[in-house]
Amino acid sequence: MSQSFRTEAGGRIDRDRKVTFSFDGDQLEGYEGDTLASALLANGIHMVGRSFKYHRPRGILTSGSEEPNALVGVYRQGDQTPNLRATQVELYEGLKAISQNRFPSLGFDVGAVNDFLSPLFPAGFYYKTFMWPRSFWDRVYEPIIRAAAGLGKPPKNADHDRYANLYAHCDVLVVGSGPAGLAAALAAAETGARVILCDEQAELGGSLLSETAATIDGKTPVDWVEDAIRTLQAMDNVTLLPRTTAFGYFAQNFVALAERITDHVSEPDPNLPRERLWQLRAKEVVIAAGSIERPMVFPENDRPGIMNAEAGRTYLNRYGVKVGHKALVATACDTAWQAAFDLADAGVEIAAIADLRENPPEALQSIAQARGIRVETACVVTGTTGRKRIDKALLGRVSASGSVASAGDLACDSLLMSGGWTPTVSLYSQSRGKVMWDEAAGAFLPGQHVQNERSAGSSRGLYGLNDVLADGYAAGEEAAKAATGKSAKVTYAVASGAEAGSGGTLGALPDDRDASRVKAFVDYQNDVTAKDVKLAVREGMHSIEHIKRYTTTGMATDQGRLSNMNALAIASKALDKPLTDVGLTTFRQPFTPTTFGTFATSSRGDFFDPVRKTPSHQWATDSDAAFEDVGQWKRAWYFPKAGEDIHAAVARECEVVRNKLGLFDASTLGKIEVVGPDAAEFLERMYTNPWKKLGVGRCRYGLMLNEAGFIIDDGVVGRIAEDRFHVTTTTGGAPSVFATMEDYLQTEWPDLDVWITSTTEQYAVAAVQGPLAREAIAPFVQGIDLSPDAFPHMSVATGTFCGVPCRLFRISFTGEVGFEINVPRRHGEMVWKTLEHEVAKLGGCTYGTETMHVLRAEKGYIIVGQETDGTVTPDDAGMTWAIGKKKHDFVGKRGLQRPDLVADNRKQLVGLLTTDPKVVLEEGAQITESANPAVGTPADGHVTSSYHSPAMGRSIALALVKNGRALEGKTLHVPMPDGSIPVTVTGPVFFDPKGDRLNG
Amino acid sequence: MADDLVSTLYAPDAGQEPLLALPDVSILKTAPLARLSFRGRNGVLAAASKGFGLDLPVKPLSAETGPDRAAFWLGPDEWLLLAQEDMLSETMEGLATALGDTPHALVDVSHRQDAMLVTGDQAAWLLNSGIPIDLHLEAFPVGMVTRTLFHKAPVMLWRIGPDAFVVEAWGSFIDYVAGLLIEAAQELKAA
Repeated sequence: MSQSFRTEAGGRIDRDRKVTFSFDGDQLEGYEGDTLASALLANGIHMVGRSFKYHRPRGILTSGSEEPNALVGVYRQGDQTPNLRATQVELYEGLKAISQNRFPSLGFDVGAVNDFLSPLFPAGFYYKTFMWPRSFWDRVYEPIIRAAAGLGKPPKNADHDRYANLYAHCDVLVVGSGPAGLAAALAAAETGARVILCDEQAELGGSLLSETAATIDGKTPVDWVEDAIRTLQAMDNVTLLPRTTAFGYFAQNFVALAERITDHVSEPDPNLPRERLWQLRAKEVVIAAGSIERPMVFPENDRPGIMNAEAGRTYLNRYGVKVGHKALVATACDTAWQAAFDLADAGVEIAAIADLRENPPEALQSIAQARGIRVETACVVTGTTGRKRIDKALLGRVSASGSVASAGDLACDSLLMSGGWTPTVSLYSQSRGKVMWDEAAGAFLPGQHVQNERSAGSSRGLYGLNDVLADGYAAGEEAAKAATGKSAKVTYAVASGAEAGSGGTLGALPDDRDASRVKAFVDYQNDVTAKDVKLAVREGMHSIEHIKRYTTTGMATDQGRLSNMNALAIASKALDKPLTDVGLTTFRQPFTPTTFGTFATSSRGDFFDPVRKTPSHQWATDSDAAFEDVGQWKRAWYFPKAGEDIHAAVARECEVVRNKLGLFDASTLGKIEVVGPDAAEFLERMYTNPWKKLGVGRCRYGLMLNEAGFIIDDGVVGRIAEDRFHVTTTTGGAPSVFATMEDYLQTEWPDLDVWITSTTEQYAVAAVQGPLAREAIAPFVQGIDLSPDAFPHMSVATGTFCGVPCRLFRISFTGEVGFEINVPRRHGEMVWKTLEHEVAKLGGCTYGTETMHVLRAEKGYIIVGQETDGTVTPDDAGMTWAIGKKKHDFVGKRGLQRPDLVADNRKQLVGLLTTDPKVVLEEGAQITESANPAVGTPADGHVTSSYHSPAMGRSIALALVKNGRALEGKTLHVPMPDGSIPVTVTGPVFFDPKGDRLNG
Repeated sequence: MADDLVSTLYAPDAGQEPLLALPDVSILKTAPLARLSFRGRNGVLAAASKGFGLDLPVKPLSAETGPDRAAFWLGPDEWLLLAQEDMLSETMEGLATALGDTPHALVDVSHRQDAMLVTGDQAAWLLNSGIPIDLHLEAFPVGMVTRTLFHKAPVMLWRIGPDAFVVEAWGSFIDYVAGLLIEAAQELKAA
């Protein structure tokens, strides 16, 4: 029984290498070189799944990536990947696959009841049924739809595979390695151009791998393919990428490829990534994507055993598999005849060739006659029978008027059909090209070029092997010439045989059946029938875009490559409008389903985003600090001692800083060196504050607005020399402030002699804050007089610290005496450890960002991004003191005069004190006038910062409140789920309002 | 050129194990250097070149190298100047003296960035796992230097040989860049 449908010889499989695999638990055998589909067929298995909506038994329809039916789950390393196309799954030892969309088993499926209930599920069923009553949606309809929806089961575990990324460039990318693609690659490579040739299949060669009825340069097609690949492999300028799908064509000839590296290997080397994303910039692209065969739309055209004719031929010639013992070939074009001949020659009984055409070519008829094959002309399949596999086809004779009369039936175990060929224009369409209807080809073909690409061969409607080859060579030559300007003398291979055929049909075929009782499928995967498309038209959907969404035709994973043309023809007939007036939907990326892993590549875990660490990071880690993410930085959040939670640790750190001193890593602050004779003038324009009179060695707090007048950044700026400023920015704002400054310099004020350089990472910064701060740093400072008179608050000086060069700032973000020690970054760890030791000796401690936040909130210092949200002006924040009143101009000055920014009732920064000092408000909580506002009452403001303040012995909060400064002393309310919290409005400075401590 | 510079400027950091050592590619962290960001208009070039002791390149994306120093064109008004670590003050003074009152900006960025040497047959391939520019020898020849991105990190890339590159990144990005390079190189260990 094993592989009883395997031929004696032939095909591209390796008959010396047997492979065992399982399907739904059954142990089966195949050969290396098989796909799961070909191996199943070799074992006589056609039925591999149940359909999406009606749960009808479905078989393998195609041999390619457009396969709509044979979707399987494959187990690997304890997890299961759903919805793989069996036609693309390469067989390997131990492969474990399961069918989908069936319960409890493929043979007996309770969901199949949908098929009998199908009159209840017409097109647009969801839209119609679940509209009413509204209240049923959340509890009834949606849960049921969700439970029934979807194909396959998602994997349960995190993806354990690795995925790689590669950026690449080439002169000519050739997509597809059939005759046109190989010829294009050969021609382009010959010129010396850098060529990449990719193909979604495991083996390069495309249709040539199943072509036996032709010769190329006197060789068999497969011998010619092998020679061509050897030639290409030997060339340094060529990269061959089998198992690689060009899935997306983007702007400026940027093409994304998904290379599958290990999925076909039984036990892959764990060092290998599973897939690689190629982000490829090609100067020229040759699209040689070929064409695919159209199924015929007749009643019950979806039974297992029914297959596209060329797929049947491919399984025979390429994989050595007979699709059945007795096949009926139903066709409207010539090519399927060759399938019948090949199968007959392999010993498959051909029940008949039923050709829709009244007069198929004489030549074909005489070949059939010679083989003793029965030929029926003007003949159409009007139905099929068989429970899990076709056992009989009903035939009808089409009269000249188009009516159909029964022509009996024929027993068969397989049916090969061909409605003609549809060029694969997906990539062309993705390149933003618009397809044009070609009456002669009966197909939509690539039209005008939008990008640097050209289609070759059957993807532009050209057939006949010799013509396709010649077209490929020409496309390759032209592409190389366009990319490099070079050309070469290329000898075209000449083919004989496999000439272009004629014929083809579009849309539903005529039949003599009761239209209300039969299903003729247009889109197999989405279970859309000809009837559904007609219904959609009757119900008012006149554009293909509407029909598509109403019926879901063309929305399956093949994006309608199999179904679009038939659906379009049915709609066009129902609308009595020309096909071109109905339109064609746009093909979009990705060409075939692509894993999330391929898109993510290595951007996961620690590599999702850069994790930036400060010079004290290792010390802090060793000291069990808790960290928080601030932008890309890891910052020490607090330093808990044994048994302390965050509240206890922060309370202790706050008290120690206020009473003694603390050490804080401020290295992440953005730093920009502004240098040049016009440095002060530049800052004058960028910041609200005046700078020209700032003395060398002095610092000033700077406030930066955008053009609209809103606060976007702040920081302390120190004047190092007449022409040199040390600017600091917020941690998160550093890159954007730098970019904004550079932008203004390049576009607005190119006349200024000033340049900016980022020095964020040149310096490590240790902040020592607290009454004992001076004592802690004094032993290490040389060259700077630290006495309060010589070095008062807001000073900067250069000297050395621990013997290394240092820029010392006397500044404070705590309200205490404070110093910020800037040393070259690689000395940062040494300086930190030295200071930590000294600070501890004086009874101080290290503190993290949380304590920093509490201390500055006690002082009412804002944090940009916390007290501001892009709509806060200096006046809103109570910071008009930072605006240089006499300044001629600065960024945002005009914005500040906008009527809405000077209007009354703007939200202003205030302090809030809860009536109950133990209650700490929630940041972001809304503030209202009334304790119990009616639903829908707009809030008067919100809490921006809220902490327990050890210095105040109570909770404190900052808030933006409408007209807040006028409300000082008033009671407002913060409504919360557990009840409203009364708060009193105060000024924003809670601690040491006069600032005496700063100057100690 | 490459060998000289590797030994005199981008010396492997003494005592440090290579970050990666495979037959086809290796990654070495290099010892500290004096690095200066120099900005100014075209008029300053002559004086700056004199002060630095090396002609500042004017061809975009090019480098000039001397026995113990190098200058990279990074933008129409921006150069990165390299010298040996102990030459920092001397180099800055030399430039300051030569430039006098001519408007310019000279900023010490020695500690801002660190460098790695990525060498081997697969060096270009490995870098292209995260760098989007074309590293084919004709498109990015030996001697070319540019700022670019490695995945999400800004880097500076200088080709010092057909199979040898210097990658500079700001200090806090080094772990990210090196980590992703090592991750991408893992497949080279496959049998």
